[in-house]
Order: sequence, then structure tokens, then C-alpha cells
Amino acid sequence: MTIKADTFAKSGLGEGLLPASLVPRLVAGGKAAAARVVPPLLFLALLLAIWEIACSRAGSPLPPPSKVVSDTWTLIVDPFFDKGGMNKGLFWHLASSLKRVAMGFSIAAVVGIALGVLVGQSTLAFRGLDPIFQVFRTVPPLAWLPLSLAALRQAEPSAIFVIAITAIWPIILNTAVGIRNIPQDYRNISRVLQLNGAEYFFKIMLPATVPFMFTGLKIGVGLSWLAIVAAEMLIGGVGIGFFIWDAWNSSLISEIILALIYVGLVGFILDRIIAMIGKWVSGGMSAG
Amino acid sequence: MSAYLSISGVGVTFSGQNGPYVAVRDINLNVAKGEFISIIGHSGCGKSTVLNVVAGLNRATTGGVILGSTEVTSPGPDRAVVFQNHSLLPWLTVYDNVKLAVDKVHGKSKSAAERDAWVRHNLALVGMDNALEKRPHEISGGMKQRVGIARALAMEPKVLLLDEPFGALDALTRATLQDTVMELHAKLDNTVIMITHDVDEAVLLSDRVVMMTNGPAATIGEILDVRLPHPRDRLKLAGEPEYARCRQAIMEFLYARHRAPKAHAA
Repeated sequence: MTIKADTFAKSGLGEGLLPASLVPRLVAGGKAAAARVVPPLLFLALLLAIWEIACSRAGSPLPPPSKVVSDTWTLIVDPFFDKGGMNKGLFWHLASSLKRVAMGFSIAAVVGIALGVLVGQSTLAFRGLDPIFQVFRTVPPLAWLPLSLAALRQAEPSAIFVIAITAIWPIILNTAVGIRNIPQDYRNISRVLQLNGAEYFFKIMLPATVPFMFTGLKIGVGLSWLAIVAAEMLIGGVGIGFFIWDAWNSSLISEIILALIYVGLVGFILDRIIAMIGKWVSGGMSAG
Repeated sequence: MSAYLSISGVGVTFSGQNGPYVAVRDINLNVAKGEFISIIGHSGCGKSTVLNVVAGLNRATTGGVILGSTEVTSPGPDRAVVFQNHSLLPWLTVYDNVKLAVDKVHGKSKSAAERDAWVRHNLALVGMDNALEKRPHEISGGMKQRVGIARALAMEPKVLLLDEPFGALDALTRATLQDTVMELHAKLDNTVIMITHDVDEAVLLSDRVVMMTNGPAATIGEILDVRLPHPRDRLKLAGEPEYARCRQAIMEFLYARHRAPKAHAA
């Protein structure tokens, strides 16, 4: 009885709404999507449940997820309010953090790629600069902040400088590695064809190095997002980092947790955006 | 014999970490226009070094190379090279790989339409005109090498330099590519220098086979004339006494008088 009904429904779907060949493909596609989406959701639910149970007892230092949601409901439903000063929706905090990251990261990308090309192309520059870069890149981002505040005397440019100096090292190093890895064959081709400097740069060096550059940019954007949150905690003003610090000072733990979730999601999206641009720019450039 | 290309007294010394290393010395060779020359020898005998000197990719420490009436001092499209590992640019299509060379070499002498036709013509010569929009990773090793040959031919070089062009290919692909090279040589009558370590390939394709001694300080040990008329057919050649004589002479040189250094040690 049930089997009959089932077959009937299936055939009805196949003949009426969709061409018959599409149905198995849709089913397969749906299964593949489910296989990717279901496990993370399942584990997320599990984690939330553990968290809920662990933090539900009276006197727990951290709120359970249900309390986080009820505490921050106004922030969740209206991220766009602006009551002046620091009293803004999360969207505005994230936006100003992203603006700083965009500026710092753009500087890092331009200067980093230029320095990477220099270090990759010139053996003298490599020998001279590589040891210096290797030392500087281990300096933690926040250690630059007091120095940049002293030099620039303003919070905003200092934060941007910290972003730039944090993101620049992987961009320089990966670009340089990409250039040093250009196969000798490609160089020979350009020599046989007598390509001039500009032709070599645009037709051989750049396309051969783009995948490496984007590896550097991807690492760089992740690092800048890490650095901005920490830097904003110290410099204050509108921004997700200071929002977290402010929430801590007001003992609004639920707001901290909400902000952390947003920080994580934005970082993830930034990473994906750079990866997508890289994929799009390099097109079929994969060496093969 | 009119020397179209003359290599005289060429020696190459590399400055290595353990002091200078003499790769090749006293290389003297005159090549006539339209001649097909093979250079054969064991691995590490400096065959490729000689080819690179002719290409201009390596500088000779002593002696020099004269092509036509000018001395070779740097690489240039009049000495197009087909490299062993095809060296096509992976981000360009088959068409664009050849187009890059054509635009650079014939950018001033040919109009845009002529250059487009010239790219297609040369890819048709090697039988790759049906894969214009493919990228290198989408075609087989033999096809890549065909495109490499088309790119080199499209430069209209005075000498075509083949650096073990079929070394990385399987035997069957290799044979069809050898046939293609023979056809092209018959049709275009270009001057060719080919590096190889394959005795049959050398005899099949060449007018003369240059045999090199082992390095360090390798030099030309012997030059063999292959007196077989063109066009040659690999099936009929097998029974020819001249083919057998050439093969025998090269084998004797390589395996009796100048064995590979490794074989000596073993």
C-alpha cells in the first residue's frame, strides 16, 4: 500500500514537473549537499547542547547559549541602530573594523608584492633582505602598536599600520618563493624570444607567480583580521575589538560571545573571498 | 661544404664549488644549410651544453659559434629551441603559446591577420590545428611536444635546435613524432641540430651523427655520415645494410670504446 503510493508519487514528479533524467541528478546533488551540510550542523547542535548543560547550573561563570541569545536579542535583530558615540549596532562595529583591515591590507598587498618581486628577482636583495624579513615577521602584531602610536601620534593610522605590518610578511615571502620557483624553461623561452622586461613581467612572471601571491594574500588577510581585533581593544573607538573590550568592562559576557561569533564568521568570509578571487584570477593557470 | 653554422674551438668551463669544471672542450663542427645533425652520447657528456652554446643560453668559455655571418652571443629566435619537457606556458592555450612567439618575432613584419594565419598554419603542420583552445594540461605529452615544435617552427629559425625532444615520450608516440619531424624536414628543408641518446633515432633522422666522448672535458669523438636517401621509411630501413652499418658504428662507439662512466665503475 505504502509502496504503491510512493511509486505513484515518484512517477508523478518525474513526468509532470521535471524531465525524467533530471530527477536522479537532483537527488544525487541533494545528497552531496546534505553530506556536506548535515555533519557540521549535527556537531554544532552537539556542542551547543554540551555548552547548555555545562553552563546551566546556578553560579556558572559563563552563560549558556539560551541566555546568550535572550541577552543579546536586541543586538541580533537590529545590527544597524546608531545612537551616537559607541552605542551602535554590531554592523557598524564590524564595518569600521573591516574598513581598517581593508586599508591596512591594501597597503600590505601593494608593498608586499613589490618587495616580493624584488627579493624574488634579485639575488642581492634576497641575501640582504631575507634575514631581516625573517626576524621581523616573528614580531607579534601588537608589539608594533606602541611604536606606531609613538611615530604616528594617532590611533587610526597606527591601527592601519599594525594591520599592514602584520599582513605583509606572508605576502612578501610567498611572492618571492613564487618568483624563485619560475621554471628555468620559462626563463629560457623568454630569452629565446628576447622578451623585454615588461613583457617578461606581464607574460611570464606574473601569471607564473599569481597562485603563490594569493597564498600569501590569503594568509595575510587572516592575520590582519586577527590583529585588528587585538589592536582595537587597545586603541578604542568604534570597532568590533573595542566592542568586545567594552562588553568585558561592563561584564556583558553574552555580548562578548555574540561578538566572537561574528568575528569568526567575518574572518571565514574574508578568507573565502580572497580564495575565490585567487581562483578567478588564476583561471586555468594551475601548473600542469 | 659551405658552413652555414660553424662551431669552432668551443669549450665550456663552469665555475663550480669544487673549482672549475671543464664540461666540453675543442668542439669543432660545420653544419651545412638544410642539414640534419644529431649529437649522441651518454648522459652527462655535455651534449646539451653544446646545444645551449649554439642557442646562446650558455656562453662558450673558449671559441665561438657563427651562424650565417654573425657570431652568436645571446639567445634569439633565429635559433629556436624545442626543450625536452615541452616548456609550454600552462596558463596559455595551445594557440596562445604559439601566438606569443609569433607576435614577438613577426610583430613588425606581419599584420595581425597574417600572424593569426601563421599560428594556425604552423599548428596544422604538426597536426594540432584541432586543439587550438586546449590548455597544455589537457593534452598528452606527445601533443605538447608537437606544440613546442610548432612554436619553434613559427619563429622561422635559421637553425632548429631539438634538445632530446622525444626523451620523455613512450616508444609509440616517439615513433610518430619522429615521422612528423622527418616530414617537416623534407617539406621545409630547415637546418636541425638534435640532441639524443637513442641510436635508432639518430640514424633514422640524421644526415650526420656526431658522437661525443664522456665528460668531463668531453669532445667530439667521431662523426658518422648516414648515406641513406630521404625520405626514409623506418620499416624498410631495418633491412638496409647502410642502416645496419651506421647503427653498428654508433653502438661500437658508445658501448665498446666509450662506455658510460657508471658502467666502468660497476
